[in-house]
Amino acid sequence: MDNWSLVSMCVLLGLTTRWAVSFNSYSGASKPPMFGDYEAQRHWQEVAYNLPVHEWYLNTTDNNLSYWGLDYPPLTAYHSLLCAYVAKLINPAWVELHTSRGYESSSHKLFMRTTVLIADILLYIPAVFLYCFYLSNGSSKKKVATALCILLYPGLILIDYGHFQYNNVSLGLALWGVVGLGSGWDLLGSLAFTLALNYKQMELYHSLPFFCYLLGKCIKQGLVGRGLFLLLKISLSVLATFALCWLPFLSEPQQVLQVLHRLFPVARGLFEDKVANTWCSLNVLIKIKTLILTHFCIAFSLALTFLFVLPSSIKLLTKPTMWQFKLALVNSSLAFFLFSFQVHEKSILLPALPVCLLMNELPLMATWFLLVSTFRLRRAFRTVTKICGAVLLARNKSNLSLCDLSLSAVTETALFLPFVQFGISMAAMAVLSTASAALEPPARLPDLFPVLVSIFSCMHFLASLLYFNFVQLTEPPSRRGQKKTN
Amino acid sequence: MASPMNSDSGWFLALALGVSFIKCLLINAYHSTDFEVHRNWLAVTHSMPVSKWYYEATSEWTLDYPPFFAWFEYGLSHVAAYFDKEMLVVRNLNYASPATVLFQRLSVIVTDVVFIYAIKEFNSWSCAIYRCCKCLREDKGKELLWKPSFILATLLLWNFGLIIVDHIHFQYNGFLFGVLLLSVARHFQSKTDGSVHWKSFSPFRFVVLGSIVLTTFALSFGPFIALGQIPQVLSRLFPFKRGLCHAYWAPNVWALYNIVDKVLSMLGVKLGMLDINKLPKATMTGGLVQEFQHTVLPSVSPLVTLICTLLSILPALFHMWYRPSGGRGFLRCIVICALGSFMFGWHVHEKAILMAILPLSWLAVEHREDARTFLILSTTGHFSLFPLLFTAQELPIKILLMLLFTIFSFTSLKKLFRGRLVSSVEATYLLGLIPLAVICELVYPLTPWHHTLPFIPLLLTSIYCALGVTYSFIRLYISLLTVPSTTSKGKCQ
Repeated sequence: MDNWSLVSMCVLLGLTTRWAVSFNSYSGASKPPMFGDYEAQRHWQEVAYNLPVHEWYLNTTDNNLSYWGLDYPPLTAYHSLLCAYVAKLINPAWVELHTSRGYESSSHKLFMRTTVLIADILLYIPAVFLYCFYLSNGSSKKKVATALCILLYPGLILIDYGHFQYNNVSLGLALWGVVGLGSGWDLLGSLAFTLALNYKQMELYHSLPFFCYLLGKCIKQGLVGRGLFLLLKISLSVLATFALCWLPFLSEPQQVLQVLHRLFPVARGLFEDKVANTWCSLNVLIKIKTLILTHFCIAFSLALTFLFVLPSSIKLLTKPTMWQFKLALVNSSLAFFLFSFQVHEKSILLPALPVCLLMNELPLMATWFLLVSTFRLRRAFRTVTKICGAVLLARNKSNLSLCDLSLSAVTETALFLPFVQFGISMAAMAVLSTASAALEPPARLPDLFPVLVSIFSCMHFLASLLYFNFVQLTEPPSRRGQKKTN
Repeated sequence: MASPMNSDSGWFLALALGVSFIKCLLINAYHSTDFEVHRNWLAVTHSMPVSKWYYEATSEWTLDYPPFFAWFEYGLSHVAAYFDKEMLVVRNLNYASPATVLFQRLSVIVTDVVFIYAIKEFNSWSCAIYRCCKCLREDKGKELLWKPSFILATLLLWNFGLIIVDHIHFQYNGFLFGVLLLSVARHFQSKTDGSVHWKSFSPFRFVVLGSIVLTTFALSFGPFIALGQIPQVLSRLFPFKRGLCHAYWAPNVWALYNIVDKVLSMLGVKLGMLDINKLPKATMTGGLVQEFQHTVLPSVSPLVTLICTLLSILPALFHMWYRPSGGRGFLRCIVICALGSFMFGWHVHEKAILMAILPLSWLAVEHREDARTFLILSTTGHFSLFPLLFTAQELPIKILLMLLFTIFSFTSLKKLFRGRLVSSVEATYLLGLIPLAVICELVYPLTPWHHTLPFIPLLLTSIYCALGVTYSFIRLYISLLTVPSTTSKGKCQ
């Protein structure tokens, strides 16, 4: 009886926070000619509604790809189409071909924000609660507390409801995938993940663990017999899902290539803007972006990424348990984030989601990582309040389960990570935030603060990568909070 | 599971920080004309000499709070200078730069610290009283979420009405209520028995009390008495020309009186007993703030409202005088006086319901009957605040926060007192708020009458809530007169 009231209060709190953040401005507001991600999403609705499917990814007179051309897989386009139908009912001017470019109004903003909220309510939030209630240990109060902490992760809220994106759809689908796999419904889980992949290609960061986990499971069940049967079922369903999503484009191979070309813009270089990964940080010391040729960069980054992803994937293959799976998700996505090509800073959400799932077992490290990831995103006053919110939530949660925290703290301390370092890190973040808000950078180094923040975060991420890899590869025998294996 | 000592102070801080962080998120929400009112007062107190404060009329929003508030605004204006000097220019009407908004919002959030501190003191006073008797309903041994102190702190800190009135609509009620709560808590922290028996009555204590009150008034009004401006100040503080009811009727007795008058006049016209040409047109429902007359029932003057208010609160005052029952009795009296003034006062604003709901929270975690009254009063009272936020963007916020508070208050009090707290009739009445909300917020704006009769949703809300508020008032009186008077030690009921 208590559960439903606690759950509903958590959901209400999560929704309130999201909607309150949406009061603020979105990316590119009042900034012609290009505006920002908000205009991109609106433009995709316009394109999807007015143009036939086979023109969505092509450069035509009606569809100028240099103005926010579609660069996500087809499911995003279908979602935009759905939103466009609703938009047309409310106000056709919002999606009128060509004339609606740069359309901005308070009612349109309300509409767009509502679409994000609905996606949250339908996809992301139920997945979070399902995960917490069925795949995590502890009392029901602890599960609700975990769910609340995940729901209040500032990074996702700021990007989706502030900047404006639909990460909750792809992350929600990926989480459904995790829930499916954890509950033993491998087929549904892989289906959900395939849909996530078809929504945003960045989900490739998560694909290796999914693949290794399922393959490992098939191998365990015996590659001649049940295992093989399972493997075939999964492969067929994945292929079928892909085929279904890409159906309109399968008529010509040219189409498929064009879409792939849009999804993976290798011509754009090693990185753009300030992102807290190794390449951007290294660039400060050695200008690798200009010194080394593009195809060399691609090869180098590919090699390094796979180097860091390999140990975790192999371990998962040999031991396909949920605990290993979650750690592998973290390690894989973090490795991709740090070493891959054309990474955007928002991709930090991809490691952040699996880290949220580790909140129960490794509360300190998880909270630390999530705070750094949020800190990295934007240094506005709002971010500061969100960070505080996250901190107090973590604290509150740790208050509710003090003995669990102390036990994992013991484990974590054994790995040489005391609370003191956490405190120093938090203090440094506070100083950097205040400095970048209050002080003017010296004229010679106008980008001083963003670069400092970037490097600071990158150091933390590298340390996290090593730590989580260590935890995964040296899994202690009596792991408290081990998930039920299936 | 209850955690060790860490959580005892930790949870309060977490609650306070949590609600402050929600308040920070609401910085960019809609703000009403009250925002401009307070900006104007900052400007007036900063730029004008004291002698002009109550005469300044460049803006329509003249200073209509007593002098201490003016001094408070004066103090704030010095901090405001660091944010944006332009907001302190009186001629800059409706000036709302981002820095201005940030400053004003932050001032409410920061002054709420007084409120938070007051709640903490209040809680520790209640706990002190708990400890001196062996009660069943103790804090110890209970899960954190269902401890009375936790429930009370949440009901006060996260009060829906306070959040939307202070941090969206824009006012300083939290700070002011904190001062009130502190005075009550301090008063009872000094002695365990709040009663003043005739035997212990001493002229000395009376003189001391009297002189404290007089000194405070002197400090506040002193400068204006010296300047001979008292009539002007009083006319600003008590603008009787504004009419019996505000543009949006507060859900009190006069709202019911108005609607009965309207129904009777319509019936009278239908039955041919009244001449339609002699009736004043669209007086009370015009949505304007003005004096007006009733048609069938006798018109109500300020004096009548004063007499009614006094009559409504005198029994409670006498009861407290003759049968004092410590802190609880005093608070009950405060609630009844606040609610009585709300019910019968002249030109009452609907926000005044908070003055009754907030102190009632304490009684609600103490006594089962009060919990029942609290649930009805808070739900209807909070719902009656909905018309304050009429923008589409704020609609989800007010619904989400209202649901959050309502679910929490119902489940926590139910857990505390075990068993049903609302009867079927009461539950039906409260559930009726849902279709009412749907009609007023979603259905009515889509109808053609939305433009011709815009007042209808406000009227419906006002009348429906007035029923609940009146019922709560009666319940409070019944519980006052039937609960046996106890000493402060006898908390266990």
